[in-house]
Amino acid sequence: MSEVIVVTSGKGGVGKTTTSANVGTGLASLGKKVVLIDTDIGLRNLDVVMGLENRIVYNLVDVVEGNCRIKQALIKDKRYPSLYLMPSAQTRDKSSVNPGQMIKMIATLKEQFDYIILDCPAGIEQGFQNAIAAADRAIVVTTPEVSAIRDADRIIGLLEANEFAKIDLVVNRVRNDLIKRGDMMSIDDVVDILSIPLLGFVPDDENVVIATNQGEPLVGSNTYAGIAYMNITKRVTGIEVPPMEFPKTVTFWTRFSGIFKKKQEV
Amino acid sequence: MKNIFSVFKRKKSGEVAKDRLKILLISDRVNCSPEVMERIKTDIADVISKYMKIDVNSMEIQISKTGMKSMNTSKTPTLYANIPILDLRNK
Repeated sequence: MSEVIVVTSGKGGVGKTTTSANVGTGLASLGKKVVLIDTDIGLRNLDVVMGLENRIVYNLVDVVEGNCRIKQALIKDKRYPSLYLMPSAQTRDKSSVNPGQMIKMIATLKEQFDYIILDCPAGIEQGFQNAIAAADRAIVVTTPEVSAIRDADRIIGLLEANEFAKIDLVVNRVRNDLIKRGDMMSIDDVVDILSIPLLGFVPDDENVVIATNQGEPLVGSNTYAGIAYMNITKRVTGIEVPPMEFPKTVTFWTRFSGIFKKKQEV
Repeated sequence: MKNIFSVFKRKKSGEVAKDRLKILLISDRVNCSPEVMERIKTDIADVISKYMKIDVNSMEIQISKTGMKSMNTSKTPTLYANIPILDLRNK
């Protein structure tokens, strides 16, 4: 039985594409057959985050318009043989695809894949409607900021109106030093406000920037964000994972002892 | 002197954010503006005032998503009205 999961947020720049790439890659690392679909027509990004931008020949719009077979538009991942990407079109606009076409295409993909992950565009217009049309489960990504939470709340309302049975939350870019100081809402605060189940949080980690620069998802790597995304991935499949520990706040002393440890390892 | 005290009294910005959001999301969720809420409030006050004397100035209305626990209505938005009665007798 395959699951169709839409990754959405309302607000832009909170980490939808990063979350899609990492959860998709994580699921593939667990041996699942996964296809990642970039539904942001006109502003494609998932291909660069995955490091597959040089392999694109056909795209989502080509598939729905019948210019190619589904298989021709699927790009095989470099790392995992069971992971595929369907890129979005860069030179078209959102009206090129309608929800009916998405439902039809995803019905075909369901026959071959365990998980179909849809990376949703920001906003609540046509692109959002296309992305949610065929999904039966949603991951709402937010950051602990008022603007992102407000948009997430609106998105949750729309998903509930569309009768989504399962809506889970990912809180991204969490900074424990700010929470401790009282200058950032805690994860409990965010969950309390949005009142949907928490799938996990991702600490604000510079390794995410480095990984994106290199086009390599960091899920499963020994970084805070890598561990966090692996935990989230496991919870997506229904495995229970205890909440991770917060990264220690970097102080002069921890930085110093970090240098010391590295030297020892060498 | 005043500044020194305000440093200690200052509400943490995380707390401010949470409080602001809680109020903001109520009007977002019910899709009605504070003005509409104010009109609902005055209309309720008018109706109740027909039967008893109430304290209109300190009455409060609020829409919350959690609902009453005892009624198993979680997630259903519920309108709470807090209306202090000054005199139960019919006017």
